[in-house]
Amino acid sequence: MAVNSAELIEIINLIAHDIQKNRDFLTELDSAIGDADHGINMSKGFKAVTEKISTMADKDCGSILKTVGMTLVSTVGGASGPLYGTAFMRAGQAVGDKQQLGFEDIPILLDAALEGIKMRGKAVKGEKTIIDALEPAVEVLKSSPMDIKLMNAAVKAAKDGVEYTKGIIAKKGRASYLGERSLGHQDPGATSCYIMLSSTYKAILDRNN
Amino acid sequence: MVEWGDGLVGIILVSHSKKMAEGAKEIIEQVIGDKIKIKVAAGTSDNRLGTDVFLIEQKVLEIFDGDGVLIIPDLGSAVMSTEMAIESLEEPIRSMTQLADSPFFEGAIAAAMEASFGKSLEEVKQAAENTRGMKKIA
Repeated sequence: MAVNSAELIEIINLIAHDIQKNRDFLTELDSAIGDADHGINMSKGFKAVTEKISTMADKDCGSILKTVGMTLVSTVGGASGPLYGTAFMRAGQAVGDKQQLGFEDIPILLDAALEGIKMRGKAVKGEKTIIDALEPAVEVLKSSPMDIKLMNAAVKAAKDGVEYTKGIIAKKGRASYLGERSLGHQDPGATSCYIMLSSTYKAILDRNN
Repeated sequence: MVEWGDGLVGIILVSHSKKMAEGAKEIIEQVIGDKIKIKVAAGTSDNRLGTDVFLIEQKVLEIFDGDGVLIIPDLGSAVMSTEMAIESLEEPIRSMTQLADSPFFEGAIAAAMEASFGKSLEEVKQAAENTRGMKKIA
């Protein structure tokens, strides 16, 4: 696999498309245990991202990812802005000025993204957040040499992570005020994270076939 | 120490809601007048509930005059957005802009009161944070 800047933009556009498609679903999840704005916020953010990166095909991959991060920070409005914003900015820093990305870059950039989210949210696994989906995925990606099968396994681990959030109590964000009443609901942030990983996988799979 | 200040710490109220932050500012100013600079950085640029890193940064730059700025956030993203805004500032502004870990309104009024007496950034921040767990009924 090799993804150049133009193809990276296509992958991000696919993520944006899938976020839009799931806008109402994410908002519905958030209305159960949060402030009912996750879908709206994310879809606003990624709409702005799509516009912003449309002219960046001649830029390096790090700059594109950093621009995604900055745009999310300035347009989302909720906690997912600083969290996903930091994640994309850290991922951008991790790949630097590369003009194309290979399989080996994926664990590196997602690990940087995970560390960024942990730093920004001061959260760890088990608190019903994005981390419950992202960390298991990163662990899989780091477990053996990277290929499309491992990527599939990582997306599956993220999905299991989303399921896992149904059985735990929220410790961060608005949902934490619900205490044990947050049990039984899946976390909207973990869900949007799974959607993004799954879109990325689909885009790379299409490219590989 | 930077020297161009008026000797008074400035305060920024960061909230998801413009109404909430402006209401808090109104009540505080009824008590201390316009002695210190209080700014509101609340809501998103398209008028939704939420917080905006760049708006917070802009407000810090508007009121920074060498005596420091204390930021009082409401919940969640207000804290994260403020942290990001502070990280993006340059020195010496960056280290003289601090985030208070306090209840929103009680922290804001205590900080404003302390600031109006010309106390240092550290003292103003401490006053805000001391309101945590404060009893309202004796």
